[in-house]
Amino acid sequence: MNFLSLFVLIPALMMIGLFVSKNRKQILFIMTFGASLQLIFTSVVTYMYLAERAAGNMAEMLFTADTVWYAPFNIHYSVGIDGVSVVMLLLSAIIIFAGIFASWKIEPLTKEFFIWYNLLSLGVFGFFICLDLFTMFLYYEIALVPMFLLIGIWGSGKKEFVAMKLILMLMACSALLLMCILGIYYQSGASSMNILEIAKHGIPLQAQYYLFPLTFLAFAIKGAMFPFHTWLPDGHASAPTAVSMFQAGVLMKLGGYGCFRIALYLMPQAAHEFAWIFIILSVISVIYGAFAAVAQKDLKYINAYSSVSHCGLVTFALLMFNQTAMTGAILQMLSHGLMAALIFALIGMIYGRTHTRLINEMSGLMKVLPFLGVSYVIGGLASLGLPGLSGFISEMTIFVGAFQEADTFYRVLTIIACSTIVITAVYILRMVGKILFGAIQDEHHKHLEDATWYERISVVTLIAAIFAVGSAPFWISAMIGESVMPVITQLAK
Amino acid sequence: MGDLLINFLSGPVPIEAYLGVSLIMFFAGVYGFLSRKSLLMILISVELMLNAADINFIVFNRYLYPGHMEGFFFALFTIAIAACETAVAIAIIINIYRNLSSVQAGELNQMKE
Amino acid sequence: MQYTLLIILLPLLSFIVLGLMDSKLKPKVAGAIGVSVLGIITLLSYISAFEYFYLHKIEGVYEKLVPLHIEWIRFNEFLHIDLGILLDPISIMMLVVITTVSLMVNIYSLEYMKGEKGFQRYYAFLSLFTFSMLGLVVATNIFQMYIFWELVGVSSYLLIGFYYTKPSAVAASKKAFIVTRFADLGFLIGILFLSFYTKTFDFNILNSGDASIFASTAGVSFMGISVMSWTMGLIFIGGAGKSAMFPLHIWLPDAMEGPTPVSALIHAATMVVAGVFLVARLFPVYHTYAPDVLHVIAYIGAFTSLFAAVIACVQTDIKRVLAFSTISQIGFMMVGLGVSGIGGHEGHEGLGYMASMFHLFTHAMFKALLFLGAGSVIHAVHSNEMNHMGGLRKYMPITNITFLIACLAIAGIFPFSGFFSKDEILAATFQFSPYLGATMSFIAGLTAFYMFRLYFNIFWGKEHKHEHTPHESPFTMAFPLVFLAAVTVVAGFLPFGKLVTADRSEYIIHLDPIVATVSIIIAVLSITLAALMYMKEKETPKQLATTFSGIFKMASNRFYIDEVYIFITKKIIFNLVSTPIAWFDRNVIDATINNIGVVTQWTSHKTKRFQSGQVQQYAYVFLVGTLIIAAIMLFV
Repeated sequence: MNFLSLFVLIPALMMIGLFVSKNRKQILFIMTFGASLQLIFTSVVTYMYLAERAAGNMAEMLFTADTVWYAPFNIHYSVGIDGVSVVMLLLSAIIIFAGIFASWKIEPLTKEFFIWYNLLSLGVFGFFICLDLFTMFLYYEIALVPMFLLIGIWGSGKKEFVAMKLILMLMACSALLLMCILGIYYQSGASSMNILEIAKHGIPLQAQYYLFPLTFLAFAIKGAMFPFHTWLPDGHASAPTAVSMFQAGVLMKLGGYGCFRIALYLMPQAAHEFAWIFIILSVISVIYGAFAAVAQKDLKYINAYSSVSHCGLVTFALLMFNQTAMTGAILQMLSHGLMAALIFALIGMIYGRTHTRLINEMSGLMKVLPFLGVSYVIGGLASLGLPGLSGFISEMTIFVGAFQEADTFYRVLTIIACSTIVITAVYILRMVGKILFGAIQDEHHKHLEDATWYERISVVTLIAAIFAVGSAPFWISAMIGESVMPVITQLAK
Repeated sequence: MGDLLINFLSGPVPIEAYLGVSLIMFFAGVYGFLSRKSLLMILISVELMLNAADINFIVFNRYLYPGHMEGFFFALFTIAIAACETAVAIAIIINIYRNLSSVQAGELNQMKE
Repeated sequence: MQYTLLIILLPLLSFIVLGLMDSKLKPKVAGAIGVSVLGIITLLSYISAFEYFYLHKIEGVYEKLVPLHIEWIRFNEFLHIDLGILLDPISIMMLVVITTVSLMVNIYSLEYMKGEKGFQRYYAFLSLFTFSMLGLVVATNIFQMYIFWELVGVSSYLLIGFYYTKPSAVAASKKAFIVTRFADLGFLIGILFLSFYTKTFDFNILNSGDASIFASTAGVSFMGISVMSWTMGLIFIGGAGKSAMFPLHIWLPDAMEGPTPVSALIHAATMVVAGVFLVARLFPVYHTYAPDVLHVIAYIGAFTSLFAAVIACVQTDIKRVLAFSTISQIGFMMVGLGVSGIGGHEGHEGLGYMASMFHLFTHAMFKALLFLGAGSVIHAVHSNEMNHMGGLRKYMPITNITFLIACLAIAGIFPFSGFFSKDEILAATFQFSPYLGATMSFIAGLTAFYMFRLYFNIFWGKEHKHEHTPHESPFTMAFPLVFLAAVTVVAGFLPFGKLVTADRSEYIIHLDPIVATVSIIIAVLSITLAALMYMKEKETPKQLATTFSGIFKMASNRFYIDEVYIFITKKIIFNLVSTPIAWFDRNVIDATINNIGVVTQWTSHKTKRFQSGQVQQYAYVFLVGTLIIAAIMLFV
């Protein structure tokens, strides 16, 4: 039993605690305590990771452990982390922590909500620490199914329809994924499903040719790649605040992480062959999402399309196959996670006050909601890549990395992708200008109350993280840069 | 034709006679099972089919393997099972009748829609 | 010179304090923090200027100092963004300009913004702006410059939209940000190209004259133009956006929606010259590897200058007149750079560069003065419109005199500072091409004309009836005026050629007597013309307006460039791109997914009869099936 398993154990214990808890106070105590513990634990692990690396341990994965879980099929429970997983764990812990405060007053069925919420977090933590394909898939599924209930019960709008749609689309990609995982395992001839071992064995070229596109596609659907992104806008629009945050902040990252950890790492040769298709699709996502966001009227839709655009950059950068761009991709996942979560949290808080999300029905909110307004502006600025905030770092790393490919095809696509910085500015400023600035039109909006203390905690946590990444990127970028090397080496073979 | 009839009537009862009876019983059961609407009639039809099968068990045992007893046992066994089954089925039907005031098979669709 | 770090960090600190405390601070305290921080850093930058110009000259050449240098983020083995401080003559000069103007604006705003809601926020933003602008000018590498470039963009956005309840201010701030952002896209792509070929961001390496770092660009061309020309052209687009060169100038006149001191600081003295600074910073690269781009810059500068000067002649909003005048003057600086060479102590090749920097310096002072003066007038009259003013000289003597000094300076009258700097630009331009020189002289004449049209309309002419009698501004507003006026008077005599030159070595200025005489004559004639037309109320301007109604209308509508932009953004981008994409997404892609669901559901509705739950039906099917199979087995 490795201490990394605590990542899974803490949410599990929290669920048991919630199960026996009696009143609202206890529920919130358990959640706050558990999530803080998780956050502290993640920071400790980050520190331990850095210390270990500083001490010269250059193994690909640190803190590995391996237990046979089901011998007949060679399924192991094996854990281990590298810089990329550390970043993802940090991101998840921060967002889960902030999400709790954003859903402080969730009604009805508070207890059940948090139980399912914890199950989600258990799934993602498990996914990020696991090295075994099968257990990864298991956790991937755990992080998916509760979404159905969370949206279907606590959502808004056409929630049942949306929950069904979301779960069916994502289940379809899970089915694809399961098939690919089994294919990868059997074709590699490895004696376990551990990805490190599979990577050593390698997969025959013929098999890669059909497994890579499918695997990549399965994860790219999760990362909302055009034209398979439509689960995302609807999903966000109907999900309750914390779930929107979680979905944009963490769940979409499972896709990028999977592309990185499984598709590219295990099937490098086919990746070279098929990269161009996915690069084109990514660039379409980037531009298409940004333009679509310009014409939206609903705040959540704007940010959902913005997510499509930002996550398009992730796959785009991953497929550039060089260290800089790949580092940028991971940074972009981190930074998009933080700022999307921040913006969705704020949308939820604003919606809770104005009871509308249509930008035409709001204006001048800055005057009555200064805290939320300023935070919203910060979130928007982060999203359009203001230096000092996280978005700038990741986008610039991606662009510089992508520019290292001298081929005209890459060059043109990179320049097209760059133009997103302008379009992003257009929709962000349009949104901010409409809802926050100007005079207040609606009489009811004149007496809104600004953020409560728990909302402030949620927002400040995220903003602090955005600032931290944006103003001191060196350590995090170095940590990622060194951890993407195994994948780069694989790809260079 | 005449000879056949005389042989048939004078000799021991041929196996075809038994099988003919059971065949008629069985298809009467099948027909009833398919065409009747009332659960009771359907149940009776099922019983008919079971009994036809019993007859076949006994007849085949008697004529083809006279020294053995398995056919008889099976028949007895089936009768016992049929009795239990009937009891359970009647109980269900009575309950259905109490709840829905009907034992028409086509109307029992409340669990479906 | 480690202490220069303080110059950068103190405003950041004051931004953080003011931003976090916001309304918890009393306005007076916030103002005091802002002014005192600025006071300290102004002092520090003067000290550093003295120290630098006195101590850091080796064999007649000023050193390039890098007192601070940290690696901020590393991309790969060659490329890394550093944050650092690079001190050389132009950055030192910019430090002085920025801190001086910023200090004056901070003092001025104490009174001008008094009682405004969000006074603390205003000071926070001012500090943010000062910080970013200082960071920009001391950047050691082009990416650091880009970082601060974006930061000044956003502080400008925040300050233009300071009155955020006013829709026009919000729209103006948005426009400013998006237009400059569009230009920054060019800048970014230029940086990416440059770094790809040279494998470095560092200015010192780029400007070192080492040909080997540009070796990989040799022979690479695209559409017949060499890759270095593309790169430097793209980088210039970024500069053109910030410096409001045609056709990216449209944001600047609208930016006047911001508070007037902000216009003085950002949109007259400092941020808008960032583009000029950028070209100056990379001047050796431009000059050696993309001389054609440098010429394009000169022509764009000249055209913009003419274009803006014509528009300025017919605008009625005094801040807009000043805005167009700023555009026009920046055009002068661009021309100066564009026609310049490096070095050349005999052939005057480096004259343009030196003159351009000199003009940047003097312009910052007198244009800030003009804006602050305009602010003082607006403060008194509560209007921006020229025809609400007139005859104010009696009520506002200090403003009147200082404004006049600034007007004389910008018109190029000896001995005010503008005369020296503009004259050198003209001399350099004449050297480059007499036609361009003549054009620039004509623009200089126009400048004198519209500035004095403005001056006479405000302070002379018929008195307008006011609700309250206009009054002179109090000391906190008057002091910056007087201070800047004093600088404007003496700045021309600074030995600028000894301090800031293209090759950082001393340059002896020889005034070209012919050019100087001609330009003074032109200026005087223009001023006389303006005086005749506007000093007393006359019918001539109106008659002229009707005679040339076509061009007059076009000029007052700013040649319909804004309409073109609105057409492109609203009609094309919004209506023809975004809306269809959004529609396509909902009705094609999303609908496809939904329809897959609908079809599946329909199919199951249709096939559900097979699973009726009717045992009799099943038995019937079963029976028929059995019979069919039996029949097949029997007969086939």
